[in-house]
Amino acid sequence: MVEQVFRAVPDMAAVAPAASSAGGLVGPSGPRPRRTFSRRNIFIYGTLFVVAIYYLLPLYVMVVTSLKGMPEIRFGNIFSPPVEITFEPWVKAWSTACTGLNCDGLSRGFWNSVRITVPSVFLSIAIASVNGYALANWRFKGAEVFFTVLVVGAFIPYQVMLYPIVIVLREIGLYGSLWGLVLVHTIFGMPILTLLFRNYFASLPEELFKAARVDGAGFWTIYLRIMLPMSLPIFVVAIILQVTGIWNDFLFGVVYTKPDTYPMTVQLNNIVNAVQGVKEYNVNMAATLLTGLVPLVIYFVSGKLFVRGIAAGAVKG
Amino acid sequence: MTPMYQGRPSRLFRNLNAKIASIPMILTALVIFVGGTAWTVFYSFTNSKLLPRASFVGLEQYERLWATPRWLTAVENIAIYGVCTLVFSLVIGFLLAALMDQKIRFENTFRTIFLYPFALSFIVTGLAWQWILNPNFGIQQVVRNLGWTSFTFDPLYDADIVIYGILIAGLWQGTGLIMCLMLAGLRGIDADIWKAARVDGIPTWKTYVFIVIPMMRPVLVTTLVIIASGIVKVYDLVVAQTSGGPGIASEVPAKYVYNYMFLAQNLGQGFAASTMMLLSVVIVVVPWAYLEFGGKRRHG
Repeated sequence: MVEQVFRAVPDMAAVAPAASSAGGLVGPSGPRPRRTFSRRNIFIYGTLFVVAIYYLLPLYVMVVTSLKGMPEIRFGNIFSPPVEITFEPWVKAWSTACTGLNCDGLSRGFWNSVRITVPSVFLSIAIASVNGYALANWRFKGAEVFFTVLVVGAFIPYQVMLYPIVIVLREIGLYGSLWGLVLVHTIFGMPILTLLFRNYFASLPEELFKAARVDGAGFWTIYLRIMLPMSLPIFVVAIILQVTGIWNDFLFGVVYTKPDTYPMTVQLNNIVNAVQGVKEYNVNMAATLLTGLVPLVIYFVSGKLFVRGIAAGAVKG
Repeated sequence: MTPMYQGRPSRLFRNLNAKIASIPMILTALVIFVGGTAWTVFYSFTNSKLLPRASFVGLEQYERLWATPRWLTAVENIAIYGVCTLVFSLVIGFLLAALMDQKIRFENTFRTIFLYPFALSFIVTGLAWQWILNPNFGIQQVVRNLGWTSFTFDPLYDADIVIYGILIAGLWQGTGLIMCLMLAGLRGIDADIWKAARVDGIPTWKTYVFIVIPMMRPVLVTTLVIIASGIVKVYDLVVAQTSGGPGIASEVPAKYVYNYMFLAQNLGQGFAASTMMLLSVVIVVVPWAYLEFGGKRRHG
């Protein structure tokens, strides 16, 4: 199924001038001049505009709430822009918001997430790319069987494997540590990434590989000198996919780490859904935005590559 | 790397580097995916409590599971959530894609807007909607302030409709992706089909329903699999938005599993519940895989 997505997505990214125009019924030849304010256009743009507002509304509400003071929130309207802009909630969310007894803000979670995400992304992509390369160019007997098990395994609900992994991590002494979580992310990133790299390397011209072989290059030489430089786009897609996926993870974070090493999402949830204390909605929204900022920046910067990345990652979920 | 010794190389050492490179994959596939799953299913027939113990009790855990109101609520919720997500995201996704496919201007802007929620985690999504649906400050209060003082819209605090409050957030997060996939499908349709339909005087909506949608089958199947695999995993959204409340009204299976395994220290129940989750996936995936890959082997 991932193949299908991949075949489809580049078409989507390219503008398709010849594609369907479902509007008028007949036309002699050439495009029919259309009035800008035809009923059809008003309907199309009107609908899209309304839907766009629905999609933008939560982001807008989060931003304005995070910039208001608490009195204004209590007596005002959540949709109204702040009368008096204050950045205090952002400062508080970052540096002094409390989870339990710790009052050092979301910054701890942020740095934990960084320390989890960077090695996980590096490790999972390194392993999966070499593995995909082996599967595409150096097939050995049985490789496809393991690969099929791996891809089918991606459909197993994580809950089924949660506890066995606890046991494995405990046995190797990594349970509760950041490196344990890194290992878990590497494991669960493997199916989709291996598929991604295997298909990409298989699509490269085989002559390149053969020529390098004739020249006496071995497994690692070909990988490092030929395959790697040729596949930068797919590495970027993989990085986007992994960074957003791992940054947004909650389940593995809450199961495999301890309060000191909680990633940002887990800490955010603990701050906002804390039972005790007065609810400071502006701080909560600032914290929520801070957590969403990393994937949002990646999304807005990377554009179409992001679409490819998540289309591949959607199967992983 | 060549074998270190002379003579006929052993089969095992041929292509050794590729085999070394595949060790992580083989370990993951065998130990975690196959081994872990088998382990969990195996221990779901025991009465493990705080620690896994191999004392078998047959199907007792499953009997207890299906007699627990909490689990029944969870199953009912995931059924409602699943059906609604499937229907709404397909319909909304397709309609949006069809609108986007009308050679409109600002297409990239609209796509960016529809898709950005997908970049956000379920935790962020859930917390954002928890705030908007907050009865004291959110939509309900805004409408009341406008003068309609009896207006009631507090899905997150009403046990009967709480799952729909979660659905709103889930759809907000996910439909952008579905729209993108559908748009890709629409763009994949040959323009000649549209011309032919127009020459024959077939109305646009009929062309969509009877010609285009059937031609989009591969994309639709992909989309269905993506939506379905997302539904089973619903966990963080509920945790963030309602923590399963009010009471147990928005419990979902994934949360039930977590609670029993890691909070209630009733491992056997957790294993049985997760095995039921696995079973439901198998029931969906196996027929699909059979239809899709049954006759012709496309790849591995």
